[in-house]
Amino acid sequence: MSGYSITEPSPRQKWIAGVLVIGYALVTLMPLLWILATGFKSSSDAIAYPPKVTFDLTLEGYVNLFTTQTRQTPEYLAEHPPQTWYEEIVRDKGMVIAGPSRFGERFLNSTIIGFGSTFLSVFLGTLAAYAFSRFRVPIKDDLLFFILSTRMMPPIAVAIPIFLMFRSVGLSDTHTGMILLYTAVNLSLSVWLLKGFIDEIPREYEEAALIDGYTRFQAFYKVVLPQAATGIASTAIFCLIFAWNEYAFAVLLTSGTAQTAPPFIPTIIGVGGQDWPAVAAGATIFLVPVMVFTILLRRHLLRGITFGAVRK
Amino acid sequence: MAEVILRDVTKAFGATLAVDRLSMTIEDGGFVVLLGPTGADKTTTLRLISGLERPDGGEIRIDGRAVIDETPAQRDVAMVFQQYSLYPHMTVRENLAFPLRSPILRTPEDRIEQKVREVAEVLRISGKLNNRATALSGGEMQRVSIGRALVRDPAIYLMDEPLSSLDAKLRGELRLELKRIHAGLGATLLYVTHDQVEAMTMATRVGVMDEGRLVQFGSPREIYEDPVSLYVAGRLGLPRINALPADLFAGAPSGASTIGLRPEHIQQGEGRPSTVTRVEHLGDQTRLHLTLDGHALVTLTEVHTKLEPGDTVNIQPRSALYFDAAGNRTR
Repeated sequence: MSGYSITEPSPRQKWIAGVLVIGYALVTLMPLLWILATGFKSSSDAIAYPPKVTFDLTLEGYVNLFTTQTRQTPEYLAEHPPQTWYEEIVRDKGMVIAGPSRFGERFLNSTIIGFGSTFLSVFLGTLAAYAFSRFRVPIKDDLLFFILSTRMMPPIAVAIPIFLMFRSVGLSDTHTGMILLYTAVNLSLSVWLLKGFIDEIPREYEEAALIDGYTRFQAFYKVVLPQAATGIASTAIFCLIFAWNEYAFAVLLTSGTAQTAPPFIPTIIGVGGQDWPAVAAGATIFLVPVMVFTILLRRHLLRGITFGAVRK
Repeated sequence: MAEVILRDVTKAFGATLAVDRLSMTIEDGGFVVLLGPTGADKTTTLRLISGLERPDGGEIRIDGRAVIDETPAQRDVAMVFQQYSLYPHMTVRENLAFPLRSPILRTPEDRIEQKVREVAEVLRISGKLNNRATALSGGEMQRVSIGRALVRDPAIYLMDEPLSSLDAKLRGELRLELKRIHAGLGATLLYVTHDQVEAMTMATRVGVMDEGRLVQFGSPREIYEDPVSLYVAGRLGLPRINALPADLFAGAPSGASTIGLRPEHIQQGEGRPSTVTRVEHLGDQTRLHLTLDGHALVTLTEVHTKLEPGDTVNIQPRSALYFDAAGNRTR
């Protein structure tokens, strides 16, 4: 025996585990890496067969994503030399930049609607979950079941009624409408997830705070909320991922002002067929906020702070 | 500090009657200990006074004020929970300062710092002030929990078995410290315990509870020497009082069915012969297990006794306690 304990894995086991984890990560990350790479390819490299693993890096896709372009005569092009590096990229194809594309707006819409509905779902969900967890609510079980039941049918099954409803109340293609819709869909998940987390927080903490001179709301705010941080963070991530990626309602209910990025990205049309590098560039940028949000909240996900301060 | 009065306080949980017409006065500056087995609803009584539970009937007055409709914060009570209930996301210092920072007290920061230091000193947790509450041992958590009450100057301190998970040495020290705080500040305390030494040494009054009813309320000596029932007599005294059929010895009053014998009620050397079954040397005392007509009893004897199992000892009662068939005292 060379001093390995039963619980500590041996170097060999760690090595095998490492290889497995890296192998698995490569398999799952492959599509992401491919999208990332495609964004930096030229249009012809993107559709080359067999696929190119090594290629010349170009920002063409990103420039196409953020701009609209028009074709001009060689005389015009000769008279107006390119002013900027991105202008130069499009000149190679005999085009000039006519203005910014709609991607920026769509991305901003996604941000407003995604984070707005996430905030609202988590905010309302936390309050509802706390009430269900702590107070004697009449017909509590039925209410909880009702909340869950809103999730039993795929939301898209009621797309037509929602479409008609939104049209008649003027919510079609508005930020408010989309925030309300995504909040409504996410709320049941949020209430149920958070109720589970809040149930786990012993009531004794609030009781201690009440006796220490705080009101019920202050006790909730100062004692319950910090301990529910783990639950709130994970719920927020789930809600954001849903609202961020949602496609079907976004296609149906938005077309202009409030259109989010998912229905917009596939509509990016290039010269001579789908502009895959621009689509890949859009998808790459679209991934960033959710990744950043998840990484920011990771600290809360990993910390089990309620462990051990109440004697069982 | 204030007087706390309970009058006919009743509380039921569903069909279970937890507290049954409880009346008690905790005088200003009093140190009242509630005794009773697990499930006697001593904790419920504390929760009713603190405002965490609302009584179904009766009246609770703190400092002359009817408090039933007041929130726990308004009642100005401090409570030490049996389960500690330290805020896990805060350090020890923040836990201790938490009551002082409440909107009701709004203590200035320098005063908070001073108070926290003082209390930490007394409870010997000064070195742990910057630790997270979760990074403490059970005994340390319990001390922080006591400290969170002691930083305040409330109408009444409610303590639910606050010393139960401390080692014997620290328990002894904190017992003295609580007694000193009680005497020094003139604090009013209501204290729940199973521990006879805590009850006897600290209490000005002892209340004995049985299934939500207060069966006797008096000084520790009254409770010990003059219990109203066999149940009360069994709450205090180590070894426990021996309950034997009254007719085992002559001289029982009429109506008595049980004779209660504490060690000091058993005179050795005369009377009826009993057999020694076991001798336990505990160091400061020696316990003698006897059988008399098939009834087992335990008493104390001389520390360095030569008695051994099988020996015969004559015993007779001396000013014993008698109880009727229902367990009530008869004289």
